[in-house]
Amino acid sequence: MKVLYFAWLRERIGVGSEDIVTSAATVADLVAELTAREDRYAAAFADMSAVRIAVNQVMTDSTASLADAHEVAFFPPMTGG
Amino acid sequence: MSVSVQSDDFDIGTEIARLTQDRSDIGAVVTFTGLVRDMGSGQPVSAMELEHWPGVTETALQGIEAEAHTRWPLQGTRIVHRYGPLLPGDRIVLVAAASPHRGAAFQAAEFMMDYLKTRAPFWKKEETPDGARWVDARDADDAAEARWAQP
Repeated sequence: MKVLYFAWLRERIGVGSEDIVTSAATVADLVAELTAREDRYAAAFADMSAVRIAVNQVMTDSTASLADAHEVAFFPPMTGG
Repeated sequence: MSVSVQSDDFDIGTEIARLTQDRSDIGAVVTFTGLVRDMGSGQPVSAMELEHWPGVTETALQGIEAEAHTRWPLQGTRIVHRYGPLLPGDRIVLVAAASPHRGAAFQAAEFMMDYLKTRAPFWKKEETPDGARWVDARDADDAAEARWAQP
């Protein structure tokens, strides 16, 4: 599965995009798995209230299923304009 | 309807001319231009970096334009948003709405900006004397978007 990170999440994790092999059932499971894997993920996901999520480029939340997911993106609230 | 996400600057006069070219039924064009300010959260800002999500950004902006067209009688709309390194005074964003009458054009332009702020995947990073920092989303922007909620 392709996982994307933007803004300070990208900086904390150190990459903007990576392929992750996981059997996580939901986004929350994926976050827990990555957090347990390395400190840089734990630092990025420490406060999930500050993190927005998109699965297959559609905005969702951490309860979302990954059953049909080919891409998951994590990013802070948007600040364009 | 047309959107551009680009690192290059844009020219407001050129954009208005394109929107109204070969037409005489447009009575009002409202444009909004957003600029980089030299202050943010009470601190001087010397430079800005705008990150976005290529592909998804364009789709989000097109969706915002389409939504505006369902709500007001618009004859044309245009959104241009820049990304990459910018300096104070630089133009960041342009929205334009053309309509037979000014009311719809004013409202549609404000609507597109309010939606863009919270729904288009852009992230600003500011350079300050204390170092670089990512700009926090503002509650005021959520409130501005909520004004347009339909029952």
